Amino acid sequence: MALKSSPVVFGLLARLSRRSFSTSKALASKPVTVRDALNQAIDEEMEKDERVFVMGEEVAQYDGAYKVTRGLWKKYGDKRVIDTPITEIGFAGIAVGAAFGGLRPICEFMTFNFSMQAIDHIINSAAKTYYMSGGQIPVPIVFRGPNGAASGVGAQHSQCFGAWYSHCPGLKVVMPFSSEDHKGLMKASIRVNDPVVFLEDEILYGIPFPMSDEALSPDFVLPIGKAKVEREGKHITVVCAGRATDTALQAANELAGNGIECEVINLRSLRPLDFDAIARSVAKTHHLVTVEQGWPQSGIGAEICARVMESSTFFELDAPAWRVTGADVPMPYASSLEVLALPRPKDVTAAVAAVLGNKISEAASQ
Amino acid sequence: MALKSSACVLRLNTLRRAARLLSTHTRPETVQNGKTADFPGAKAPYVNEIKFLNENSYDPIPIYRVLDNNGEVIDNREEPNIDKETLVKMYKNMVQLNQMDKILYESQRQGRISFYMTNYGEEGIHMGSAAALAPQDLVFAQYRELGVLLYRGLTVTDIVNQCFGNCEDAGQGRQMPVHYTSKPYNLVTISSPLATQMPQAVGAAYAFKRTPNNDRVVICYFGEGAASEGDAHAAFNFAATLDCPVILLCRNNGYAISTPSREQYRGDGIAARGPALGINTLRVDGTDTLAVYNAVAQARQLTLTENKPVLIEAMSYRVGHHSTSDDSTAYRSVEEIEKWTKDENPVQKFKLYLERKGLWDADSDKSQQKEARDIVVKTMQEAEKKKRPHWREMLEDVYCEMPPRIQKQMQQMEDHLKKYNEHYPLNQHQSD
Ligand SMILES: Cc1ncc(C[n+]2csc(CCOP(=O)(O)OP(=O)(O)O)c2C)c(N)n1
Ligand SMILES: [Mg+2]
Repeated sequence: MALKSSPVVFGLLARLSRRSFSTSKALASKPVTVRDALNQAIDEEMEKDERVFVMGEEVAQYDGAYKVTRGLWKKYGDKRVIDTPITEIGFAGIAVGAAFGGLRPICEFMTFNFSMQAIDHIINSAAKTYYMSGGQIPVPIVFRGPNGAASGVGAQHSQCFGAWYSHCPGLKVVMPFSSEDHKGLMKASIRVNDPVVFLEDEILYGIPFPMSDEALSPDFVLPIGKAKVEREGKHITVVCAGRATDTALQAANELAGNGIECEVINLRSLRPLDFDAIARSVAKTHHLVTVEQGWPQSGIGAEICARVMESSTFFELDAPAWRVTGADVPMPYASSLEVLALPRPKDVTAAVAAVLGNKISEAASQ
Repeated sequence: MALKSSACVLRLNTLRRAARLLSTHTRPETVQNGKTADFPGAKAPYVNEIKFLNENSYDPIPIYRVLDNNGEVIDNREEPNIDKETLVKMYKNMVQLNQMDKILYESQRQGRISFYMTNYGEEGIHMGSAAALAPQDLVFAQYRELGVLLYRGLTVTDIVNQCFGNCEDAGQGRQMPVHYTSKPYNLVTISSPLATQMPQAVGAAYAFKRTPNNDRVVICYFGEGAASEGDAHAAFNFAATLDCPVILLCRNNGYAISTPSREQYRGDGIAARGPALGINTLRVDGTDTLAVYNAVAQARQLTLTENKPVLIEAMSYRVGHHSTSDDSTAYRSVEEIEKWTKDENPVQKFKLYLERKGLWDADSDKSQQKEARDIVVKTMQEAEKKKRPHWREMLEDVYCEMPPRIQKQMQQMEDHLKKYNEHYPLNQHQSD
């Protein structure tokens, strides 16, 4: 809520309702939940490549804390679906070592909040060993799990690590939105030889998105580093990723009713960041708003704005760009405040209005 | 952990026979070749034969207990000298704890609170340890130690207010249920990431040690699952090398969510790690309140007078589900649960003991259960009616000194509310 024009409001807002999720207009052959899409992707890749294995807390018999690995232990057994003792720094290190040893681990964090215990292995070892070994030792690992705020789990369990990990060279950082995104990008992440931080979202797990026949096939892979235009529009570019894509799409729907056409760009991957897609869109719309759930300082939006400044895209802008972000506070536990601490569609519509009306300075001064 | 072959355990003379602590200072009886090596990293005898040591090289660390399953004292010399009022207080708190667990768990099911974790099976650890501590001691808890807090003086109201996050919650409604905090009762705020309390507890103990005439110890509770975190090892090692007045109390309840302890670790449990790191260590029957009391009382004495850490592994069983988000029947049998609810029930054992001593009977139990239940029900009804924290709390406490930017927002909000207060549910929030 970097948008200071919408004063912090009390009052209960309708909780993120499952039905309110906007789904893409893909050839709707079959609705598949994000959870099932992930499960499919992992299953298919495990079937295809003996070296792929899953490890993490409660991933085996319990099917994973959020049931993403459902059925995999039954199918692949103890050798390839491994429950670990509770030590994130331990099993992240084991994953790194297993990758050094020629395997392709998928390392599940119960939530990315707990990955902070393991961050040294991710950044100092996984991300840098290929470089430090003179290109001899690749580290093909997928670090995955739910990221960001869920609902009602307080300050320590509700943080977005998108900006944190995307800061680091050597890592690829993926933040998918739809079931198709999750499936295609998970498969790509498992196949790629670099370590990938794959940021999921607990709220999205249960959401069904239509999936085309093509996406359902075992050959479906999406390229890491390519954004997707979720909705075309000519007035303003709205850049987002993960669950913030839903917020942006809802806002875009609403704005369309007022004759404002947003071009919604789902980044899909934060590193590499598809800046070309943003630049192309801004060259058309001349206006830019970014939406993310993380904190504003040094965030994803900040990065995008900086790249605009440093490129000729800057000259395409008819108004300053604006960031819509999570509020700059530890996440409140109170549900009424929690919804306000995350970007809502109405924060996006207000940002769009401010940018299009060139009223940023007015909004900022409030 | 005496080496089966030769070494013996040095008995600390401050300790009684049965409650002996384990120490790493084993004295080899026979020194082969009459020569002892004097490396900086190890002073040990030389031998001429390769012999790998493993978990079977040692006897399992014994489990100290005082009561049998019928609440009878096994060896009279081990019966602690606890006055009658204290014994009754301990039991009443167990009853209170059980009733809170029952009703608060249900209230989560009814959607009145968002989350809850019960303490069933660990009542003996809670009351035995809490009664052996002094009020000035500092408590670092994991989350499943509500009985300790009750015993120390947190009221049902304090606890319920936290679970409901109303304006009287000491944490101002900022944390999930069961993340209690209490400065007056020396309880450090409970933190979600596992085991972080462990090195922090050692750090706090180090601070106490530096205080002249220190009369405080730190107790740190942690689960056997949390003991797998790297922080646990750091805590053990620092507690030993910094010589800190800290009691590290492991609640080994057999499970970490669905992970049974046999998958959590190999070897002889958490206790086996103590002597290895130079920590006085004791394993105790956590379903036996008196055994836990003796263990913690002696540990406290030792750690305070000698600034030496103590590790206690209290064996028990997590009778309830891990939390309201868990269904434990998916990974363990009902028979297994029943065994621990019936034969090894800590509350039952302690009650039988009190009955034998003539301190308790069925009638007092009945009325106590009812009283404990009624107070929780009544307190919950009140808690729901209490206002939410003041709107200002939304902007406070991120920094000790409010940054100017936030001060400005606070002022804007103040002015805004003056004008538009009728649009806000201010009557639901505490006011000035
Ligand atoms: C760093 C970290 N990893 C994982 C979790 C998730 N988690 C919460 S409780 C728990 C099990 C802990 O078991 P144990 O320490 O034995 O305590 P018990 O619940 O048995 O009392 C896990 C894995 C967490 N809170 N923090
Ligand atoms: Mg446990």
